[in-house]
Amino acid sequence: MRKTASGRRFFRHPTAAPGLFLLAFFVTVAIAAPVVAPYAPYYQIDIAHPDRPPSAQFLLGTDPFSRDVWSRLVYGARVSLGIGAVAMLVAATVGTAVGAVAGYFRSWVDTTLMRLVDVGLAMPRIFVLLMAAALWEHIALWVLVLLIGLTGWFGTSRLVRAEVLSLREREFVAAARALGAGAGRVIFRHVLPNAAAPIIVSGALGIGHMMLLEAGLSFLGLGVPSPTPSWGNMIADGWHKMAVAWWSSTFPGLAISLVVMALNAVGDALRDALDPRKEAA
Amino acid sequence: MTEPLLRVRDLKTYFVTEHGSGTARAVDGVSFEVLPGETLGIVGESGCGKTVTSLSILRLIPEPPGHIRPGSFIEFEGRNLLTLEPRELRAIRGNQIAMIFQEPMTSLNPVFTVGDQIAEAAIVHQRLSRRAARTRAIEMLKLVGIPDPEERVDHYPHQMSGGMRQRVMIAMALVCHPKLLIADEPTTALDVTIQAQILELLDRLQAELGMAVMLITHDLGVVAGSADRVVVMYAGQVVEQAPTAALFARPLHPYTEGLLASVPRLDAPPAREHGRLHGIPGQVPAATAWPDGCRFHPRCPYAWDRCRAEAPPLLDAGGGGDPGTHTVRCWLLTDPRRRTPHP
Amino acid sequence: MTPALVDVRGLVKHFPGERAWLGLGRPRAVVRAVDDVSFAIAPGQTLGLVGESGCGKSTVGRTILRLIEPDAGRVTIDGQDVVALGASALRALRRRMQIVFQDPYGSLNPRMTVRQMLAEPLAIHRLARGADAERRIAALLEEVGLDPGFAQSYAHELSGGQRQRVGIARALSVEPQFLVLDEPVSALDVSVQAQVLNLLADLQQRRRLTYLFIAHDLAVVKHIADHVAVMYLGKIVERAPAPALYSGPRHPYTTSLLSAVPVPDPKAQRQRIVLSGDVPSPAHPPPGCPFHPRCPHPKKDTRCRTEPPALREVAPGQLAACHFAEQPL
Repeated sequence: MRKTASGRRFFRHPTAAPGLFLLAFFVTVAIAAPVVAPYAPYYQIDIAHPDRPPSAQFLLGTDPFSRDVWSRLVYGARVSLGIGAVAMLVAATVGTAVGAVAGYFRSWVDTTLMRLVDVGLAMPRIFVLLMAAALWEHIALWVLVLLIGLTGWFGTSRLVRAEVLSLREREFVAAARALGAGAGRVIFRHVLPNAAAPIIVSGALGIGHMMLLEAGLSFLGLGVPSPTPSWGNMIADGWHKMAVAWWSSTFPGLAISLVVMALNAVGDALRDALDPRKEAA
Repeated sequence: MTEPLLRVRDLKTYFVTEHGSGTARAVDGVSFEVLPGETLGIVGESGCGKTVTSLSILRLIPEPPGHIRPGSFIEFEGRNLLTLEPRELRAIRGNQIAMIFQEPMTSLNPVFTVGDQIAEAAIVHQRLSRRAARTRAIEMLKLVGIPDPEERVDHYPHQMSGGMRQRVMIAMALVCHPKLLIADEPTTALDVTIQAQILELLDRLQAELGMAVMLITHDLGVVAGSADRVVVMYAGQVVEQAPTAALFARPLHPYTEGLLASVPRLDAPPAREHGRLHGIPGQVPAATAWPDGCRFHPRCPYAWDRCRAEAPPLLDAGGGGDPGTHTVRCWLLTDPRRRTPHP
Repeated sequence: MTPALVDVRGLVKHFPGERAWLGLGRPRAVVRAVDDVSFAIAPGQTLGLVGESGCGKSTVGRTILRLIEPDAGRVTIDGQDVVALGASALRALRRRMQIVFQDPYGSLNPRMTVRQMLAEPLAIHRLARGADAERRIAALLEEVGLDPGFAQSYAHELSGGQRQRVGIARALSVEPQFLVLDEPVSALDVSVQAQVLNLLADLQQRRRLTYLFIAHDLAVVKHIADHVAVMYLGKIVERAPAPALYSGPRHPYTTSLLSAVPVPDPKAQRQRIVLSGDVPSPAHPPPGCPFHPRCPHPKKDTRCRTEPPALREVAPGQLAACHFAEQPL
């Protein structure tokens, strides 16, 4: 990767490499959870003696329900990272579609869609999510993901629309139309590939947002239901024992912080690496 | 012999490139002189090094990645510009040597009025008060032929057309009556009727102010109409240098010949019937990899072994003037029989 | 007389200017980019369309191809009215007419290889696929003077002249009859310009193409055009066969334009007409004759200020829009 010019630009950021490494670490650990976790995440090891501090046997200690924190962390990574990524995928897809259509066709289509986006951006997202979560007794994971995703695409659509507006004036787009390309081909083959950079960057940064949202909801008991571990509800589980058994809440909290920071670092570095202006000969 | 106003000897400006493709030797041993009051035309296509040459004179080359090699020598009125202290150099820039650029919209600051920008040079170099400088700015606008100068002095660049902005740039450059004006493609971005106006203006101002002009362009027509002497550049070097009339009447370097043959001409009969321009085959090589021997040999219709092996120096073409009037960097001068194109 | 391949009648394109009241009010000034333009091009011929910035020549080119929708007028290509066509008929007609753009850097998609760019029109019009397409791509590249190995290059790996050749190859891939060339050599170095002009001349002969050559460089147009039309502020002010226009222009603007072009001959003593004032903006055209504020004709009078001159025939085949076209400068 270092060989290409964009690879070099990426690694010029001092936080890019560690960020990438951290992400790779957590993703690997999440995928390899059954292998890396010594205990099942729901397994209550010794109910009589919960809150064991970190030791050789329990790497990160046990929580108030006597479950191994490390194992739950690793399985929780699947949930938290998964929700963040899938929700971002939903948001990016919807946002790109709306932004591209609005930016390319303009006229009443653009006006209508953008007024919708304005409403969406004005919406207090947390409250909507809280309301939705409160209305559902036991929220299914996929519903949670969809909710987070579908309330989070508005910013992306604005971004994509701005890119499309400027790209559609470029001569190679006019050339494609002159050759007889229809709107669909022009958007998918010509406009969007050249708009990919800001979408990717906002995607990387957006995953962090989604993860924090999920953590917040789960912390409040409205997100991922126990006993399924998510980093958010793990913090909640250990919260009342913070003074005496700090490890149950601190490690998931640390994990969230590290991943979000890593995503920010990588997103920033990607922004420079993919900058089309630097691609010029 | 009059003392030259500007003397450039063996100027070399190199750039370090990122990917380790080596050093770009953008200007590689350029020498010429500008006499007081004359117009020197510097002609060449993109990649020949003419802009880098002009920026080097005023030391406007960004220091990484570029640098002017030791051994280069630039003398203005007897002083070596390359060894001046920054303070002394600033006293010359805008004051004794001024420069105008191709794109007036990007060379003018959009948030300041036109008057402010013209006055700035007067304030900095001549220590005029703001009021005096403003009066001076109005005078300059009048000098460059902008109508209603008292009103225009408070206008912003975006309120003016391209031709007017270029006049403003000229006004900015001339406010301190410099002895040398470096004009880098001053009319390339303008419509042809406006170009005619600006060239006429430059001619008139040069006569009135007695200044020398270094006119950099790719347009042979502009050079033919405005320059007293011409320097032709290719691949970072001077390949031919001559008085204008001699260059056009008797172009000696194959590149100059090729250029003249490539230009469609208004004064030629309509070419519809035969339909072919001469052209020069191939393209300009990259500055990181100049060809060995004569740099033009891959594209030259006359090249032979010596051209491939040995780089020619600038040779005197004689021609009846003082020595050095007409110089050419080509082995054909030593072996004129070779001037027959290959089949 | 052979019927024209391209016949344009009364072409109009106006752009609404800025709107007052934050976009909700009536448009302020209308930019009359193309204001009743008519011309015809016989098959195999080249019409040069010249003018300075803001005259509308690029808009004419794009409107004919319906890259910009015209407001009025009729455009006929080989008998078919382009303006009235629906979407799918228009797509089919696009095979007959193509465009080459000025900017070799902007007209190629930076994310596509040359092969992809040339394969796309073949796919759109179902002309060739797979190995057949590969053959055609190689043949096209050779035809424009590029080594077929360039097929895997990206635009930023090519020089300006090479990119322009790719643009020409792309236009030729659908086998058009008519090519709009929008300043195709203006952004190129002189020596490369000559190569591309030669290529265009060869292609025209070999493929019997018809060209609309839009340019601001009169010397280039003289080299390649059979007929020339001069535009000013959205209107055609003179139209004539090239030899007649260059030797005996009838409109004062044409005369001024010709005299402003610098000629690479220091001995040429020409009476230079230097126009005063700027090229006016098409949003505020002067009343009467659009050229009258800058016109150097000694007979200029009140009629020029009030009555727009009609484009009329003043010599066989030569039209000019000037009240004094019979007494040219």
